[in-house]
Amino acid sequence: MSPSLVVYLKECRESLRDRRVLLNALLLGPLIGPLLFLVIMRLVVGRELEKAERPLPVVVIGAERAPELLEALRQMGLEQRPAVPEVELAVREQRVDLALRIGAGYAADWRAGRPAEVELIYDSSRREGGSDVERLRSMLENYSHRNGLLRLLARGLSPGIVSSVTVAARDQATPQARGALLFAMLPYMLVLTIFIGGIWLATDSTAGERERQSLEPLLINPVPRDRILLGKLMATASFSMASLFLGLLAFVVAGHFMPTEQLGMSLALGPHFVLVALPVLAPLVLLICVAQILIAAFARSVREAQTYLGLAQLVPLIPSVILSVLPVKAQLWMYAVPLLGQQLTLMRLLRAEPVPMIALALAGLVTLLAALAVFELARRVYASEKLAIST
Amino acid sequence: MILVQGLRKSFGATRAVNDVSFTARDGEITGLLGPNGAGKTTTLRMLYTLMRPDAGSINIDGHDAVLEPLDVRRVLGALPDARGIYKRLTARENIEYFAALQGLDTAQARTRGAALLSALGMDAIADRRCEGFSQGERVKTAIARALVHAPRNVLLDEPTNGLDVMATRSLRDFLRSLRAEGRCVLLSTHLMQEVAALCDRIVIIAHGRVVANGSADELRAMAHESNLEEAFMKIIAAAALSDGGELS
Repeated sequence: MSPSLVVYLKECRESLRDRRVLLNALLLGPLIGPLLFLVIMRLVVGRELEKAERPLPVVVIGAERAPELLEALRQMGLEQRPAVPEVELAVREQRVDLALRIGAGYAADWRAGRPAEVELIYDSSRREGGSDVERLRSMLENYSHRNGLLRLLARGLSPGIVSSVTVAARDQATPQARGALLFAMLPYMLVLTIFIGGIWLATDSTAGERERQSLEPLLINPVPRDRILLGKLMATASFSMASLFLGLLAFVVAGHFMPTEQLGMSLALGPHFVLVALPVLAPLVLLICVAQILIAAFARSVREAQTYLGLAQLVPLIPSVILSVLPVKAQLWMYAVPLLGQQLTLMRLLRAEPVPMIALALAGLVTLLAALAVFELARRVYASEKLAIST
Repeated sequence: MILVQGLRKSFGATRAVNDVSFTARDGEITGLLGPNGAGKTTTLRMLYTLMRPDAGSINIDGHDAVLEPLDVRRVLGALPDARGIYKRLTARENIEYFAALQGLDTAQARTRGAALLSALGMDAIADRRCEGFSQGERVKTAIARALVHAPRNVLLDEPTNGLDVMATRSLRDFLRSLRAEGRCVLLSTHLMQEVAALCDRIVIIAHGRVVANGSADELRAMAHESNLEEAFMKIIAAAALSDGGELS
């Protein structure tokens, strides 16, 4: 049996017996992304929907002057609150959020066909009130417009003469694209899963073995050190890959519980996504795992290694933030940047857009080459005399 | 058979090993005796090829340790100062892991592992995970895995460190049985009783150099002392004096 395989099997067996590794790599790691997403989506979407449907409480002053107007507003969702004295002061003191005053001349103006005045009393410096004011304003405009048209018709004129320009909005974002905007962080969540899957074995491969005093005996065996390194890398990558696979499955399941349809969007989170994402991310798994092993080899203790690797987890945030803040158009060269290339690919997959074969090949090849380069660095660190000696 | 000639090793400005030469013969137990910090561990680390000497040569059963480290490791079993075992594996699995790395096939690993476990009196705990092992059980496991490939040469760094009287006794018996099989056993220790009880040949190291080399009787004669411990103290003191003379 090849020594790398011997090391690989032993590392896997030992890790499978470690409840901490199992919990982190195969349970927490894959679940944390989808769960976080589900919670955030539910919160955000739930709040938006609630806002649109809930009744709008408004203090109304002089309601008896315009019973028809109030009836119409009530149908649109207004909830009438009794009048309060000195309403301006009440709004300033935040006892009242929003008030509507119907002027004393309202009934007379209305009957005479003159513009009848109502006042909105609110405090625009209060962030929360903004959408409520807009809602009440649009209710009033709606009522005003409808009655204006009725008056034109009553005088025998076409309602069309008051609209010189009509605007028809036609949003070109496909439902999938709108969803992917919300999901710009999903690729990062998957990359994080890769990190979490590998972190325990990577830490253990050098810092852990050294701390437990087992690295020196291991290296005395007649096996070249790079073969030992290779076995450890493959074991780390296997756990990382398993973590990623479970994470993808969890996302597919979570996708069913996401209130995407209520927002009028859809995400291509089907089996197809899993089947394409796995081979796309496989070279990245290798690169991340070998980088983790390299970083951990420099640490003097397990704790130190975990600190370094925790910081390293933030690196893949950079392309995610760039992609979500700057609406860059994907250029071919971007696929050649490890991390960025894979995240671009995942975004396109989520939008159900085709990814050019050349981009896929470029991303995979460059990432593999990068993994080889980092492996060479790790090999040199492994060859150093100081590696095994803890004291 | 281990031949060491003019060995030197420095860490920065510190000369850990400064001209060490000796021979350890087959069928004998050779003891490297010296106070803490004398350079025993560094010497052994160079012997089992974990470190490269700055100068000098090591030859083990005809293989040069610097040029053919993998060949040397095949004819060598070593119990280093660091004797960590994998606590989530059983004693048997720990031993069979090293057997596979030594290139033994599964069947060989099985038989050799079982034989060593019996020889060390570990049958009862062989299939228990090493998690809760006592110090003695851990050392025995480490020794078994170091010897699983039946090496002709056995290196042990302070093998009885931390062992109780019973465990020390059985370990000494085990080392004598290795000698009886014609193996070359080399151990380092700072304990006088250890060398007196076990060793056929004693190499005294102080300040990174060999200050005396011979059987217990030869060393007693050299120092004109009837007591080995007194002889040891006298030799070390003389070496310190000559070192001091060198410095001034």
